[in-house]
Amino acid sequence: MSGSEVAPQGGSEVAPRAVRLPLWELLDVALEGVRARRLRAALSALGIAIGIGAMVAVLSVSASAQANLLAEIDALGTNLLTVTPGQTFTGQNAALPSTSAAAIDHMPEVESDVAVYQVPNVNVYRTRLVPAAESGAIGVDAAGESLPRVLQTSLSSGHFLGAVAQRFPEVVLGAQAASVLQITHAGEHVLVYLGDTWFSVVGVLRPALLDPGLDSDVFISLPVAERAFHLRPNPSEIYVRADVSAVNEVAKLIAPTANPQSAEAVQVGRPSDALQARAAAKGQLTSLLLGLGAVALLVGTIGIANIMVLSVLERRGEIGLRRALGATRRHIAAQFLTESALLALIGGLGGLALGAGGTLIYAQIKHEPFVLPAYALLAAPAAGFAIGTIAGLYPAIRAARLSPTEALRA
Amino acid sequence: MSSIHLQDVSRRYPGGVIALDRVSVEIATGERVAIVGPSGSGKTTMLTIMGTLERPSSGQVRIAGRDLAGVPDAELSALRAHRLGFVFQSFHLQERTSALKNVAGGMLYTGAARGERREAALRALERVGLSHRVGHLPSALSGGERQRVAIARAIVKRPPILLADEPTGNLDSAAGGAVIELLHRLAADGATLVLITHDAQVAASFPRRLHMRDGHIVADERA
Repeated sequence: MSGSEVAPQGGSEVAPRAVRLPLWELLDVALEGVRARRLRAALSALGIAIGIGAMVAVLSVSASAQANLLAEIDALGTNLLTVTPGQTFTGQNAALPSTSAAAIDHMPEVESDVAVYQVPNVNVYRTRLVPAAESGAIGVDAAGESLPRVLQTSLSSGHFLGAVAQRFPEVVLGAQAASVLQITHAGEHVLVYLGDTWFSVVGVLRPALLDPGLDSDVFISLPVAERAFHLRPNPSEIYVRADVSAVNEVAKLIAPTANPQSAEAVQVGRPSDALQARAAAKGQLTSLLLGLGAVALLVGTIGIANIMVLSVLERRGEIGLRRALGATRRHIAAQFLTESALLALIGGLGGLALGAGGTLIYAQIKHEPFVLPAYALLAAPAAGFAIGTIAGLYPAIRAARLSPTEALRA
Repeated sequence: MSSIHLQDVSRRYPGGVIALDRVSVEIATGERVAIVGPSGSGKTTMLTIMGTLERPSSGQVRIAGRDLAGVPDAELSALRAHRLGFVFQSFHLQERTSALKNVAGGMLYTGAARGERREAALRALERVGLSHRVGHLPSALSGGERQRVAIARAIVKRPPILLADEPTGNLDSAAGGAVIELLHRLAADGATLVLITHDAQVAASFPRRLHMRDGHIVADERA
């Protein structure tokens, strides 16, 4: 050990300038800081992870539910139209002409259709002993054989009205009506008291997603209804399956076809529209939950800020030393800011994993498709980074303002 | 040429404490100076003003020929980064970081590239006699070794001025003696060395001694 030990660096003519630390040097210093306090770093990142995880889970669970509903709608088809009586020009309740069902059936773009006739003032009971007032709000409809096919629904038990039902008192229950009547299975000996006649229950329908109103009704055949209850020949609702490529045209032509005299007294609806609106609403209903996630995130942010403030106090010695080694205030601020952003970024990535994992489990349990919104992949770490920067701002400024001598005396 | 020049430098703290009272001193390049005096006599304040860590309340400070009045903080930082090396009583090492990285960190703010810093750190550790301890964490080192790591960190950028505040304060006399000997040897090459000590024996090893009391230099002894 000889020769030049501490060689003075030339003259002093050129005043040295403060250097800018490249990003990877800053990251290196920040990583060192994080690694030196692992438990503390893990806890503060966890705060952010839980907040971001909650947000990601809320977003993806609702996206999964929405995707599920949209898939169901697609399976049911969007080409179903409903035709119901509207109001006349003078504001009175109109009726569909008795010829409307046949006229619609003759339209070239109509694939299939079925008319439903409401049977008024007739109730259905489990037994004769049930008081008349306890009708359970169950409506009685007469319907054609093709109702389940047109509505894309099926039976949970038994079969729909068939040839026998055209002559004998047979009834099929809507899902809700069946549950009110406490009947789960159709069968020869399962009877309900409808009007003043015993009807045997030959089928129980599954819920009709496209028109949930039908769930609380029971169905009998048209000939039986006409014979037993003197049914008027005006349909209360006609379900129409149109050619998929011509749904809009059919929708426009249906009203004049059903009632050539006054087309304005016919209402045409498309149930899938309402369902799609519901699906969209399902995606937006999450704002409350998002708010809860935001609160969790705020708590995490305050946690990081708190830990960084503590860290600055605890690391006064290190700050003083770095200032002595030539760090500028800006270097110190950048170091603490990077450290806090790094912690929150780790938290953001952890939260993404947490939220995605939670959604995956939820989707498996609920048998829904697993959907992780693409923007979450970017937004979660970005939100973490932004939060870390915001939370780190005040502690970083405090660290930078620390007088080096005060720091070294600590 | 003078390395450090204080002219009528005073430092008052809020509350009326006068730590330094119109002190003037000139230290030439390559000089080795010990500052001695009782606690509260202003030794550390004088050293931190020489080290640009603190500005005087009044008076003129010239370091390496440059008047520091009105020089912005970032430039003072750059001056420390390139021209000044510090050694402290409590070593201020990063406990979870190897000796090598601690020493290389002494050059971080000079703008030197990583490889260059590493090379310089290896050389500095060799100069303080710790080549065999390069990868050790500070917790695995003895007190004397830890201070030698801190000294290596101070000299890694080869500063023309080395400032030490009681570097032997936390060491036993054998380890302390070795550290002082090391500092003398490192400075022998032309660097200015200013060192605060309580230890009369340490002070006696310096060719020049400034005695301080109540914010004044009461004696300026030269061997």
